[in-house]
Parts: sequence; C-alpha cells; structure tokens
Amino acid sequence: MRITEHPILDAPAYGPLVPFTLDGQAMEGYEGEPIAAALKAAGHTIHRYTKKRHCPRCVFCAIGRCTDCVMVVNGEPNVRACVTPLARGMRVQTQHGVSARKEDTE
Amino acid sequence: MSATDWNDRICTLGPFEPAPGDGFIVCRCVEITQGDVRRAVHDGMFTLHEVRRLLRCGMGLCQGQICGRLVRGIVAKELGVSPTALEEVTARAPMRPVEMRVFGSEEAGA
Amino acid sequence: MSHYDMIVVGAGPAGLSAAVQAASHGLRVAVFDENARPGGQLFKQIHKFFGSKEHMAKTRGFNIGTALLQEARDTGVTVVLDAVAVGLYPNREVVVRAGGAVRHYKADAVVVAAGASENTVAFEGWTLPGVMGAGAAQTMMNINRVRPGKRVLMLGSGNVGLVVGFQLLQAGCELVAVADAAPRIGGYGVHAAKLARCGVPFYLSHTILRAEGTGRVTGVVISELDAQWRPKSGSEKHFDADTICLAVGLSPMNQLLRMAGCAVRENGDVLCYPFGETSVSGIYAAGDAAGIEEASSAMIGGRLAAIGAAHRLGYLDAQTLAAEQARLEGMLQSLRQGMFAPQNRGKAAQSTDEGCPLSSSLLGQGYLRDDEIANYPGCKQAKGVHPVIECTQNIPCNPCQDVCPKGCIRVGANIVALPVVDKTATCTGCGLCVAACPGQAVFLVDEDAEPGFALVTLPYEFLPIPKAGDKGTALGRGGQPVCPAEVVRCKSASAYDRTSLLTIRVPKEMGMRARFWKGGAA
Repeated sequence: MRITEHPILDAPAYGPLVPFTLDGQAMEGYEGEPIAAALKAAGHTIHRYTKKRHCPRCVFCAIGRCTDCVMVVNGEPNVRACVTPLARGMRVQTQHGVSARKEDTE
Repeated sequence: MSATDWNDRICTLGPFEPAPGDGFIVCRCVEITQGDVRRAVHDGMFTLHEVRRLLRCGMGLCQGQICGRLVRGIVAKELGVSPTALEEVTARAPMRPVEMRVFGSEEAGA
Repeated sequence: MSHYDMIVVGAGPAGLSAAVQAASHGLRVAVFDENARPGGQLFKQIHKFFGSKEHMAKTRGFNIGTALLQEARDTGVTVVLDAVAVGLYPNREVVVRAGGAVRHYKADAVVVAAGASENTVAFEGWTLPGVMGAGAAQTMMNINRVRPGKRVLMLGSGNVGLVVGFQLLQAGCELVAVADAAPRIGGYGVHAAKLARCGVPFYLSHTILRAEGTGRVTGVVISELDAQWRPKSGSEKHFDADTICLAVGLSPMNQLLRMAGCAVRENGDVLCYPFGETSVSGIYAAGDAAGIEEASSAMIGGRLAAIGAAHRLGYLDAQTLAAEQARLEGMLQSLRQGMFAPQNRGKAAQSTDEGCPLSSSLLGQGYLRDDEIANYPGCKQAKGVHPVIECTQNIPCNPCQDVCPKGCIRVGANIVALPVVDKTATCTGCGLCVAACPGQAVFLVDEDAEPGFALVTLPYEFLPIPKAGDKGTALGRGGQPVCPAEVVRCKSASAYDRTSLLTIRVPKEMGMRARFWKGGAA
C-alpha cells in the first residue's frame, strides 16, 4: 500500500524503520510517520471497536479532528493514530470502547 | 430563535413515525442515530442545544465537528424549517478534548 | 502570561500569510497550530493552482507552502506547533494547550485562521473502515504516502472531489466512479475532463445507498435520485470498492470565533467587516474559517487581516494601509469572478460571458463532445502546430496567456475570459502553455506534421513516463479508445514543473479527438 514512486512528489524523507507492536504482534514502520500510516501500509484497517455497538472504525479525517482512529498507545487510550508519530518500541493496541481488552497483549 | 418559539409545534409535528434511514449513525463518537435525533425532536427538543444536551451528540471526542451539520439538517427537516434558521450550539472551551491532568497543570503563557 | 502584538491561530495559507505580513510591518507575532507540521492543507495540494501571476498561478500547492514557510523564517515569525488553541475570549485572550499544559496568552490582535472541516453525509455503512473524507485520502497518499485503497468511489463532483480523484489516479488507485446528488458537475469542467479522459465515469443525480462489508468496505451501491431527491427503485448500481471518499463540501471552523462572541451571518459564517475584522474589536477571521474559498484567496485574506491589525496597532499609516488594501482587495476581486465565484454559487449558468453555450455533456459526463469543440474560441483549427485550449467556462485563470512567448494566446485583462487563440501569431510548439495550464486543458495539435498523420501533444502526469516508440491507444475526451497511437516523444523540463509533454502520432482525422494515451492495445 505504500506509494514508492509518484509522478509529482519526490521520494519521502522517511525516518529509520523501527519496530513496534500491535496487540502484541511485531510490526515495523518508519519513525515519525503517523501510526495510522504504518498500520495502513501493513494492510491493517481496524483501529478500534466502538463502545455501544462494538463496530469497527478506522481513519476518517486523517488530520486529527474526527478522533475515529483513536487507539491505546503505550497504555494511554484515545490517542489519535492519524497524527501521532510512530516511535521505536511503541505499544499500540486496538481500542475497545475506551480501553484495550485485557486479553490483548500490550 | 428560542425553544419557546416552537412550543405549539409539539402538536403539529405529530407522533414519531419510523422512517428509512433511522438506523444510520449520525454522531460517530457517541453513536447516535438519525432515528434518535428525530425522536428527540418529536419529544419536544426543538433546538440544537437541547438535542445536544439530551443525546450528547456533539459532546464526544470530536466535539461535534463531524455530526454538527448532520444533526442540524435532521432537526431542521423534522421541524420543516431551513437549517440556517436554527441557532448554532454554544461553542465553549476547551475546543478539543483536554485530559483533566493537563487542565490541572494550567500555567501562565511561557 | 505572555503578550504578543498579534496571535494567529492556524499555520495554514491564511494564518502564515497573516503572520508574515504582520511581521513585515514590525509586529511581534506568534502562530499556534495544532499540527506537528506547519502549512495546513497546502502540502497535500500537489496540483497547479489557478489564478494569475500575482496569485502564484501554475505553481503547485506544496511549492507555495514551501515558499510561505521560507517567508515565515525570513520575517522571524514564531510558529508554535502541536499547540491547540482551545479557547478564545473577547478581550483577545487565547488559551492554548501545548505539551502537558494549558497556557494563557494575550494579544492586541488575534487572527483566527483555523481552516475548515469536511462535511459528511450519513448512509448505511458509512462508519465502516474504508469510508473517509476526500481530504483524508489526500493526506494519506500525498503526505503519508500510503494508498487509501485500491478501488475508490468518490462522492461529490466539486473541485475537491475532482482534484482528489485525479490524485488518486496519480497515486496508482483505481477510481471506479464519481457520483453526485446534484444534476450537474459542481467543480471546474477542466478538472472533470481530466478524469473523464482517463475513463472515469460520472454518475450525476446519484447518491450512495449503502456501503457494503462487515469489518471494512468491500462494495458500494449507488442509486439515481428522482426530482424530489428520493432514490429511484431499480436504478441501483453496485461497484466493488474498498474505499469511499466523501467530498461533499467544507464548513468553516469558526468555533473559536463564536466562543469569543463574534456575530454570525444568516448562513452561519462569521460576520466580517473590511480586513476580516469580526464584530469583536481586534479579532479577525481569515481563510476558510471566515468563509469557504480557495487557498489562493485565503492567503490574500490573511494579509488583509494583518494590515488591518498593523494599522490598528499603529504600525502602518493610513496612506500605506489604503494603498495595500486596494492592492490586496484587487487581487481578491480578480479571483472572485466567473461562474464559480462565491456570489454565483447555486446559479446554473447556461452560457459563458462571451455567449458560448455551456456544454451539457461537460456538465453531465465530464467531457466535451467532439462536435462541441468548435464552439469555443480556444479550439480553432489552424495550419501547422497550434494550441487547442479546451477551456470552456469562465474561471479566474490566465497562465496560458502569460507563458506563451509568441503571443498566440489571449485572455485579456479580465482573467475569467475564455482564452482565445490568435491564428495570425506563430506557434513554435514550445508547449509551455500545455504544461502551465492548471486544468490540463491545453493541447498542441499539428495536423500537417506528416502525410496522413497528426501529432497531438498532451499534458501527462502519470508513471511510467512513456518513451518514444511506445505503442498504445489514443483515448477520446470521454476515455473511449479512438485509434492506435505511437509515442513520438515525451518531454520533461524544469519549466514544465513535473508535467510531461507527451506527443503521440494519430491518423490525421483523430487530431481533434485524441486527448489521452494508454500503453498497449485497446
């Protein structure tokens, strides 16, 4: 899903490729890119399940306004994955309602 | 326009009748449906302020940025008025969600 | 408590312009922006802007952003990032959340340039992953460099829908359709034509009935609407798609202004006086926060607010103010003309200012019919190589006139006039007009190039870049294959700013029909 060449844009200035985890699973992404971009590049689309109806949600506005993409990051819930830069070793978890599930590893 | 302008409408609006689209989510944060909003209007909530207070649509993490316009459209349609005839809900600080611990560490500007 | 001469909320085109203009008059300015990077939405605008030279027309949005940031550095403007203005009070007190704290600031002038938010529309399944704003798709592909999906349906045919639709194609996505509830394409015809010639179908008077899928979007069903805007049963069309983009308009982000008590107009926009000053003294609105327009207008609006504030604070004398105001308002006025101007929204024009009929095919299917071309002053046949300008609506834009070294193209002083090709001038085939046109509506046609063949030069912004000798198919304005075509050359030059000029050889009678090229057989 990454755009490796583009007719108009130069190659992006990516940071180093760093490891992080999603619900305990090992993942990789570029340091400094939004968490959502790293997840999308890996083909992962579900960021959270809603509180009342347990419906899946993902990025909707991509500029930090709609808060639909929020996840649990390093134990903190409601972190906007579309604007939060990825850092080495980040523990990202699918958010269920307002928290991660106990059975999901950090 | 204040709520009292619409007091007689409760009779003319008639009872809530289910309609297609009632199941659509309009407020993505608090998961309020079009039917929830329509029902609120029929229950006498004729202003956007009241609808927001009752249903909390517009009080979620996005603070009404996504649903505001949709809710306005539904309420206006139900009342049979133009969407611009409805007074905007009050905008209050904080504009964006702020954690209590951050609010607690209020400082003078640096 | 920190005090500034001027605080600007938002480091997008309007906010940065306000800040650099104010700083140039000597004001001490701070800009707060909630994002990690400045520039607002400018850096995801990879297309060339409309307008004239003074508006930086034919420059790509991200390059305008880079220039603006450089100007901010040069004028010593402080841009505080990751800083969310969460409150604004009538006495020009700004409350900012930055890092782990909330801070209070005061300023003698506050410019709110918070931008816009995307409108949405509710339908069954619209909360599924894969449904997103068109702006979100643009951020993903042009900033984050990740494809939003493989197969995309765009809802909305305004300029945002059309421009983002084209950018999706450039990013390597497939655009299965553009749908719009309105009966006419809402954006510029030239933007629609770019999509149509690539084969993208338009469905006007259509809306989305539902998004299909459980964990994510796997398909979408659209339906035609009747005169009462109700879905017509039996008119449903299904598309396999993994992404649905919503481009159904923008709304000003004016919550801070309303919080401060600024009066609003009947349409909900904040009431603005000259310089964008609101009903609350010392508080200004600029850019989309004041009212939805283009980035080009936002930048002028920001500068107007700044000179207003600079005068108010005693940094600018009345005479200089009046001169600057006249200059900036003149620039703004030239953009606010034509059939898409704010005052003409919702009016369905039938002909151009020149009296040329508007193409119903362009408004309904996104392309001009071959037999309509001759109706427009830019599309005259001539001997030898000559430009064919398929620009058929009054939009504020004139780079074609500016770049032609031979004076072949005339728009005139009124920049919304249709370009006229002067048949007496000698076109050398330099192609600058082809590359400069932000609407990619200029072609070079030479029907006398070789016996029996015509050469057609078209703007090309896709990968891979074709090579001389490549065999393929020429597509018509509607994206339909019209004939086999061979690439004669594909020219790139820094003056073209990443638009390649693709020249193809087609049978002579196809010179006025072939408008795009696809590698391989039809």
